Amino acid sequence: MKQVSLLEQAFSPGEVIERFTASHPDAGGIVSFTGQVRASDGCEALELSHYAPLTLPGMDALAEEALSRWALEGVMVLHRSGTMLPGETIVLVAAAARHRRDAFLAADFLMDHLKSDAWFWKREKRDDRWHWIEPRETDYSDLARWK
Amino acid sequence: MAVRIVFLGRLADLAGASERELAAPLDWLGLLAGLEGELASAVSDAKVRLAVNGALLPDKAVLAASEGDEVALLPPVSGG
Repeated sequence: MKQVSLLEQAFSPGEVIERFTASHPDAGGIVSFTGQVRASDGCEALELSHYAPLTLPGMDALAEEALSRWALEGVMVLHRSGTMLPGETIVLVAAAARHRRDAFLAADFLMDHLKSDAWFWKREKRDDRWHWIEPRETDYSDLARWK
Repeated sequence: MAVRIVFLGRLADLAGASERELAAPLDWLGLLAGLEGELASAVSDAKVRLAVNGALLPDKAVLAASEGDEVALLPPVSGG
């Protein structure tokens, strides 16, 4: 099973993970990762913009690649866009597999690619001013792990 | 009808809007010529990609947009 969505509204990751888990009774393990807006460093808000013709199709292709690379029962990729406050969930990925190693690897792969290779642009509000977030070197080295 | 130009990320700040129209037909040099100084230089950065009607171009120089096409200017994604 594959579930890929781009969401404009806040969601509760716990409930979504419960439903994902319940729908994969054959999986021996489920790995999930939740990314949220940091409350530190004076961040007042985070805004993610996307480009509809590319962003969701890119997320879908990424989920397909995870399904083809590892033996998974299911995969889920949920990503927010719009304005988020500290503590709000930005991204949730989950992978269900018969054995844990495939689920860990797939979730790690999905996150590295969502961070650095998905069509999202982020800016952060600090001191009441918006600052664009630029790519970091580690984003590229994280991606290189999967070549 | 014209070519619709969509600005993403910081390019939208530089353009002062998320989209604008330029006259068709439009190639890469015509696109740069249609944008003002700082915006044109940001768009000409090698890391900025182009998509026409949702399909990424392998090389900006092959741009050949006609009336009704949508050209997206995509700066590097944020990471973080």
